[in-house]
Amino acid sequence: MRYALLFFLFAASMSSYAQKYTAEKTFISFYSDAPLEDITAENVKTSTIFNAATGDIAFSVPMKEFKFAKSLMQEHFNEKYVESEKFPKATFQGKIVDFKPGTTGVQQVKAQGKLTIHGVTKDIDVPGTIEVKGKKLEMKSKFTVKVADYDISIPQLVFNNIAEQVDVTIDFIYKPM
Amino acid sequence: MKFSTILFCFLCLSITVAAQDDLLKELEKSQAPEVEYIEQTFKGTRLVNGQSVETKGQGELEFIFAHRFGPMNGGLYELFGLDQAYVRLGLEYGVTDRLGFGFGRNSVDKTMDAYGRLKVLRQSKGAKVMPVTITAFGQAAIKMSPRKEDDPTGTLTTVNRMSYTAQLLIARKFNSKLSLQLMPTMIHRNRVDQTIEDNDQFAIGVGGRLKVSRSVALTTEYYYRLNTFETNPNKDVLGFGIDIETGGHVFQLVLTNTRGLTERAWLTETTGDFFDGDIHLGFNITRTFQLAERK
Repeated sequence: MRYALLFFLFAASMSSYAQKYTAEKTFISFYSDAPLEDITAENVKTSTIFNAATGDIAFSVPMKEFKFAKSLMQEHFNEKYVESEKFPKATFQGKIVDFKPGTTGVQQVKAQGKLTIHGVTKDIDVPGTIEVKGKKLEMKSKFTVKVADYDISIPQLVFNNIAEQVDVTIDFIYKPM
Repeated sequence: MKFSTILFCFLCLSITVAAQDDLLKELEKSQAPEVEYIEQTFKGTRLVNGQSVETKGQGELEFIFAHRFGPMNGGLYELFGLDQAYVRLGLEYGVTDRLGFGFGRNSVDKTMDAYGRLKVLRQSKGAKVMPVTITAFGQAAIKMSPRKEDDPTGTLTTVNRMSYTAQLLIARKFNSKLSLQLMPTMIHRNRVDQTIEDNDQFAIGVGGRLKVSRSVALTTEYYYRLNTFETNPNKDVLGFGIDIETGGHVFQLVLTNTRGLTERAWLTETTGDFFDGDIHLGFNITRTFQLAERK
């Protein structure tokens, strides 16, 4: 009985490790739709951990890895808007609610937690989907971020070039840790 | 016996709790340190008169319109220098983020110049620490004035009109506000007045910028000429500037003691004495166009 209990505990602790996922492939893009200029940038260097047992999730986005079509845009993004040298990473820490690890197919889920960009932390609550693909998981989400919420100010002169809110698209593929 | 089981149970629990406690910290620990390159040491490819370590991004074409008025101590008769104007029109293209080529024409002595620049080292921190950014700059220039028929000696061949500049630009961005640059320079001129100067002119430049707001920076630059003859009447070049950046433009408003806009002219043929009022107001205005999309 005692050994059975021990074994059970051991197995339980093992399995909780096995339910942790890390990124195999990540993709984050944002899109700003402004009167004069549409701006998109893509980032494939995000790192993330997801604990399927508890729903805990965290990710960290290196800001300098956002790639723009125009060099000057990338420069201004880093130097003037998100101040990448001062705030090198955007992070999210929170929970995925409504996720059922056992079920296959696409499930609707919600992510709740703290998003930190430009040194400013805000609580967010955004919808998304998770698809269990064998041992792997694919997590997708689309949401909007208001630039002003994160103390990122846009000078009047380029106001027509940059939108007040940007659409963020997330596509993470996880593998067991 | 029972106690040990419970203990073990707690131990297991505590481990899993700790693991869930701060996933973000765990994430940061699991990340291998990355190389972080320091960018935008300066706003423009020119510091004041001379070059900065900056190169254009891949596929970027920069149009540079630079302009110097006459000396301010010309007084009201010369409208404080505004009656005279010296212009250089230039283009620079970024082949890669680190390699660029450019050419231009300066109205001073009707000089045409062509140059290349290569960012040899990039300042970085993190996994690879590199304290400075180093850019190598090389230029060839030709004076088209005076015309052959106007030359009193009649010996001004094409070769005699040429000059060459080699420069190492070494800069460090200390923080987002302060960047400093050191510029060992050599200029070779095929023909000079050898009673006052040598064909090779060596110089060492120092410069820097101080950002005062997100879009405005103050710059300064001074070149000390090393092998000057006592008979040489020319002066070392000194300049101050204000950089204002708006979108694709950089406006540089400068005050300097030279009218020259190519290396030979401002480094070796500056006659003005800054502290005697030979101060020229000038502008460097750049516009950047993205010709090719980045990959």
